[in-house]
Amino acid sequence: MIGSISSEMILAILPEIVLLALVAVIFVVDLVVSDERRGMLATITAVGLLLTLVLTALFSRPGPEAVLLWGGMLRHDWLAFIFKIIFLVGALLTTIFTIGWEPIWRKGEFYVLLLTSTIGMTLVGASGDLIMLFLAIETTSIPLYVMAGFLTRDDKSNEAGFKYLLFGAMMTAVMLYGFSLLYGFTGTTNIYELTTAIGAGEIPAAVLVGAAVLVLIGFGFKVAMAPLHFWAPDVYEGAPTPVTAFLSTASKAAGFAALTRVMVAAFPSITLEWTTLVAIGAALSMTLGNLIALSQTNIKRLLAYSSVAHAGYALLGVAAASELGVASVVYYFLVYVVTNMAAFGAIIVVYRVVGSDEIADYAGLHRRQPLLGLVLLLAFLSLAGIPPMGGFFAKILVFAAAVEAGLIWLAVLGVLNAIIGLYYYLIVLKVMYVGESKDADKPLPVLRPHSAGLVVSVVALLVLGFVFGPFYQWAVSSASALF
Amino acid sequence: MEIPYILSAIVFLPILAGAAMLFFPPERRQLIYRFALGTAALVFLLSLVVYIGFDINGEQYQFIEKYDWLPALGISYYVGVDGISAPLVLLTGVVIFTGVIISQRIEDRTREFFAFLFILASGVFGVFVALDMFALFFFYEIAVFPMYLLIAIWGWKQTREYAAMKLTLYLFIGSVIALVGALAMYFQSGLGTFDMVRLATEVSFPVEFQNLWFPFVFFGFAILGGIFPFHNWSPDGHVAAPTAVSMFHAGVLMKLGAFAALRVGIMLMPEGAATHMPWIILLTLVNVVYGAFIAMVQTDFKYMIGFSSVSHMGLVVMGFATLTRDGFVGASVQMVSHGVMTALFFAVVGMVYDQAHTREIPKLGGLVRIMPFAAVAFIIGGLVSMGMPGFSGFIAEFPIFMGVWRTYPWIAIIGVVSIVVTAAYILRAIGKVFFGDLPAELEGHMHDIKPSEKLALGILAVILVGIGLFPGVMVPMVESGVDAVLGLLGGA
Repeated sequence: MIGSISSEMILAILPEIVLLALVAVIFVVDLVVSDERRGMLATITAVGLLLTLVLTALFSRPGPEAVLLWGGMLRHDWLAFIFKIIFLVGALLTTIFTIGWEPIWRKGEFYVLLLTSTIGMTLVGASGDLIMLFLAIETTSIPLYVMAGFLTRDDKSNEAGFKYLLFGAMMTAVMLYGFSLLYGFTGTTNIYELTTAIGAGEIPAAVLVGAAVLVLIGFGFKVAMAPLHFWAPDVYEGAPTPVTAFLSTASKAAGFAALTRVMVAAFPSITLEWTTLVAIGAALSMTLGNLIALSQTNIKRLLAYSSVAHAGYALLGVAAASELGVASVVYYFLVYVVTNMAAFGAIIVVYRVVGSDEIADYAGLHRRQPLLGLVLLLAFLSLAGIPPMGGFFAKILVFAAAVEAGLIWLAVLGVLNAIIGLYYYLIVLKVMYVGESKDADKPLPVLRPHSAGLVVSVVALLVLGFVFGPFYQWAVSSASALF
Repeated sequence: MEIPYILSAIVFLPILAGAAMLFFPPERRQLIYRFALGTAALVFLLSLVVYIGFDINGEQYQFIEKYDWLPALGISYYVGVDGISAPLVLLTGVVIFTGVIISQRIEDRTREFFAFLFILASGVFGVFVALDMFALFFFYEIAVFPMYLLIAIWGWKQTREYAAMKLTLYLFIGSVIALVGALAMYFQSGLGTFDMVRLATEVSFPVEFQNLWFPFVFFGFAILGGIFPFHNWSPDGHVAAPTAVSMFHAGVLMKLGAFAALRVGIMLMPEGAATHMPWIILLTLVNVVYGAFIAMVQTDFKYMIGFSSVSHMGLVVMGFATLTRDGFVGASVQMVSHGVMTALFFAVVGMVYDQAHTREIPKLGGLVRIMPFAAVAFIIGGLVSMGMPGFSGFIAEFPIFMGVWRTYPWIAIIGVVSIVVTAAYILRAIGKVFFGDLPAELEGHMHDIKPSEKLALGILAVILVGIGLFPGVMVPMVESGVDAVLGLLGGA
């Protein structure tokens, strides 16, 4: 099928190639390294991911025109490229925060799973074909199921892994059924040929809507859109925190990459129907996520519900189904990945010393470690959408997209939700800054790699909140690749 | 007179100093305090330079700086001051400087206190000088969130957490609701720009559009101005906040709301304003009269001042609501006059509380013998509050009532009742707290205020008397700004 392999084709999958090589390296090192030096596994993974990130940014940049490569399986465009960057940043920060997390950071297989999942994500973002997309989603998800249940002696982790696997498998099946309907009626699996086939107008609208609903259910599950969010709190709480961080950022972003691409490309003829569904999903996610987050006492569960709410905000951009809308989604995730990583990084640092994820145990944190308090402050304010953090501009963009698309009710609901969000973020900050604790004078040491990861995330979220130009340009390029 | 980058320096100096302070060694309190004081003094001087350098016969907007921020969406960093905002910039400079002076007693986490206070100051300056709607929101929200921590950490233990949360949520609600309105204007204009000068001059939004969206924008901001029935975050917030924050909050922050309601609401949607003002002015009447009555029944010194702020800020919005020249001029002067007066009140209340450990008016007395300087300053503030001729309050309130008289005479008649009520509670408080006998339990615990505190009160009092005796130092400047704004409204 493939006549000759051009350098363009190789460069397009450069990140995947490097990551695969990295997987091989980890396998080998894992076999030969002695027990006391196993810490180097994390270091190798981190360095490898950094290298991949640099190589991708330098050599894997798409041209101005999107191209279909590898027999139409992959689409090399800006959307794919930016999301690859997002996934790699997510994986890199996750790796950094696993350092020192017993026992996973001494296990080679954990990093193999992490990297495999990352490969899957980079392919999800670039898939131009339903078959490829399905395979990529499975490559992403299966390692994630294992990672969620990685602590085999911990009941909660087991429960998380098992729950995620069962629900995930079922929802993937639903999505696959949607794909099969599309294939059955159009005779093609290529996302971009689908458009033409559907445009010919021979497919009954009811079937199309049905397929769109099924596909939406599948993606909705991946991004934790209400009412398909039910798995998220238990999985987020039970999984080892670095895995939670990865799930809530990179994995969610992957869902959005596929969601925007497929919906915009395959269903232009029923835009009104699917955007209405997405708008309802957005409204439910924001409202349910924020309302339930109010009553949480565990910080991981709190962030789980907050991440449901954030999926809702980002869905605002999808529901707008416009260039500004897609650009806003991309920008949202650029911000969200570093913001959530900063928040989870801080949680990991606290857990290492305090041994608890209860919000009440954050009392007096600011006195114990003022700079860590500052990191959490900035991350939470960014989540709440306060300038000069990136969350502010991201939120303005999604609201602007909704207003532009005439979804005023959704924008108003969104801003009301932003207020609820601010409330529970402030509660955590209050505990941290105002709460009194008998441990207040005990120091709270932070590992060096962790501080590095936190500093990088915080600087990134401030830069994204102040210097919009280049990043917004990325987002716009990504959006124009779809329209 | 044009001095390059002066507005940017005023806006960014505080936040940069605040960020730098977070990395100072926490135990070096003196160093931190001196650094904060130096920064505040510098900012005060710069704001004074802007005020003096403003040419009332020049362009509407001066000291303009404009750089592209995100050209793709028409966002620019565009700042400048007009005759209305230049005095407010000076007001902010005065309040931050005097606020830092009297904050010497902050001992818990000093560096964070000043850092957050300066971040707040940057946000406030940013709103006053922003000519780009996006930049305005950007700074507005920067100004909102440090309040939470400032009140929750350093506030009055009994109510601080409740008050801080209430205040923050109210203000955030206002800001995001106004934001939706602003986005609607952005898309409706079709210019693809957030530049408020262009939006005001080049676009005229359809009347139905203005009628629909004006309340969003106006009330969104007016919440921060303390408009009835969204005012009750404000006394709670004032009372719970530490002294410098109360000064800043009542003195400056509430003006942000009124000012932004003018800048974004009235100036961009004048016809919407004309439609809605007749009933909005009724709300402000409630503010003015009801606020004054509530202040009268308070026994807590700080609550009394807090409700008097609600009453006086009602006058500001009432002046704007008349949509007349007199009303606008009065309201703009009232913003400054009330800002300085309230800062002075809260400073004195803070000094009294620090020593007496009570704010119950009946438990105080005879302080004029112990702290005569503070007493005189408070009396000057009180006279301003009552609108006595010769003080800034008269210069501000008289035109407001003239404007109201021309448009809704019966509202003016009811409104002046507030002056009587104000006189009643202010005089009663002065009489009880500063005259009479010193209660036995306070004997020996009280002493005179420090020279630095006298300096702070002196600055504030001099401004109040200065404007009152020489209205020429401020009124012509405000008039030049108001005339330019009225040009936009087409004499509406």
